[in-house]
Amino acid sequence: MLKGKAFKFGDNISTDLIAPGRLVHLRSNLSELAKHVLEDADPTFSSRVKRGDFVVGGSNFGLGSSREHAPVIIKMAGVSAVLAKSVARIFFRNAINVGLPVLVCDTDRIDEGDELEVDLAAGVIFDKTNGRTLTFGKIPDAMLAILNEGGLMPYIKKHGDFKL
Amino acid sequence: MGKTLAEKILSMKTGLDVKPGDIVVSPVDWALVQDTTGPLTVREFLSLGLPKLANPTHTILFIDHAAPSPQKQLSCDHTFLRKFAKDYGAVLSDVGEGVCHQIMAERYACPGDVIVGADSHTVTAGGLGAFATGMGSSDVAAAFGLGKTWFRVPETYFIRLTGKLQPRVTAKDVILHLIGMIGADGATYKSLEFGGPGVAAMPVTDRLTIANMAVEAGAKVGLFPSDDATLEYLTQQGRSKDHIRLFADEDAVYERVIDIDLAALEPTVAKPHTVDNTAAVGELKGMKVDQVFIGTCTNGRLEDLKLAADILRGKRRNPATRLLVAPASPQVMLAGMRMGYIQDLVQAGATILPPGCAGCLGVHQGVLGDGETCLSTANRNFLGRMGNPEGLIYLSSTPTAAASAVTGVITDPREVA
Repeated sequence: MLKGKAFKFGDNISTDLIAPGRLVHLRSNLSELAKHVLEDADPTFSSRVKRGDFVVGGSNFGLGSSREHAPVIIKMAGVSAVLAKSVARIFFRNAINVGLPVLVCDTDRIDEGDELEVDLAAGVIFDKTNGRTLTFGKIPDAMLAILNEGGLMPYIKKHGDFKL
Repeated sequence: MGKTLAEKILSMKTGLDVKPGDIVVSPVDWALVQDTTGPLTVREFLSLGLPKLANPTHTILFIDHAAPSPQKQLSCDHTFLRKFAKDYGAVLSDVGEGVCHQIMAERYACPGDVIVGADSHTVTAGGLGAFATGMGSSDVAAAFGLGKTWFRVPETYFIRLTGKLQPRVTAKDVILHLIGMIGADGATYKSLEFGGPGVAAMPVTDRLTIANMAVEAGAKVGLFPSDDATLEYLTQQGRSKDHIRLFADEDAVYERVIDIDLAALEPTVAKPHTVDNTAAVGELKGMKVDQVFIGTCTNGRLEDLKLAADILRGKRRNPATRLLVAPASPQVMLAGMRMGYIQDLVQAGATILPPGCAGCLGVHQGVLGDGETCLSTANRNFLGRMGNPEGLIYLSSTPTAAASAVTGVITDPREVA
């Protein structure tokens, strides 16, 4: 069970908003880059987020670049999952590959600051603040297999190949 | 049942009769990274502890995004990539050797290839009929080590192009129009495939521009057939032997068909801060532009230098508007010099940048000041993209950019001599 607070963002949160291109010189220093996570969308986010919290976006979350640094630094900030109405393809795959769950659900029903509990196995989000229960779209089996190993590199190390 | 181009290529590669929704593991013909995604890819590959690359001569490390390096940290990233290429026998394309996607088209990508790159615009090679897609560092690291990757076979949207573009309306206007119509997530996970009589008459250079931006509609790939035009392009590159003919089957099944009449298209501009926020150029007429940037993997080809030179020849840029031009490769730059285009542009007041990504991603060579506006021929106008969240980025075709450099305001290229 994942537990934490919702940090709400709007539609089209691009990888440039998550990991700004002007900070490209920090990409080999991820702990430093992580201090700037989502900075151009909300400059206060990285100082407020606590371990276990959730990033809650609107539609087309993570559009843009292939930079895997984006989901990596969201995860490094302690975020336990990204919730969004829809997710860009490369970001979705990257997030699963780095062991960050991405849950597609009706995020209009979640407000900023809501306390959430997520049961990944049951596919259910419980919003303790407003008492609502939401379901999220199933993560495809192939991706779930990778997520369950903690990401693609641990998966390859364990299986030596794709066993999807 | 007939197959789309995506289904056909993945069937050829896997030896399976694939259909949309299938999960397949496919061999990878080319795996590439660039200097902003490469260091993480290499570290992830090294973490696997594999003794060698699956296919070193088809593993390519491009140093193009921050080249030459403007900061010591990036210089060290470049050093790391050079050393890895040497140690593992991978191909290195170093500073000044051009933008990865242009070099893939010129030298490496073949029709029917499967190409994965740690750069979202890897889709560009779809203009040559290659199943080319952008992925993150982990996926490409796995491809480095295993020589394969997994795909979910995509459903396909068929874009049927008819008619002929008006003068100074270009392939860039076609793709901006399409993205404006379907939205920045309008084709998420899909294969966008282009066909119809408008495509048969379209040179590969235009196809590369359109395929390049398929990802801006969310697509996994943007695919063109491999036909006589493809053969002509490969022949110009001394690679006619790399050509195979490749078409979708007549009875291929598409999830959606979209018709575009090329003759009806206007020069189109994408406004801040999303690529689908488009307008006809006339709606923005007269808006002041501080910087014009012509180049990148979208519009840094010889055809772009010609389009720009034809508008700027004998004129001067507006004194209040900087004009930056970055040819996408040395081949483009040399041909541009031979043809006199570079001279025309310099005489018109352009700053010529070395082959590379230049200001597109906001690291160097054209970072915007607070409140400044750039009209760019690149593919992205996200907030902060050109290095400053206080800057505004508009996207256009090369003729629109060149005409606007002359006047200093957004200008319809059909209205300048």
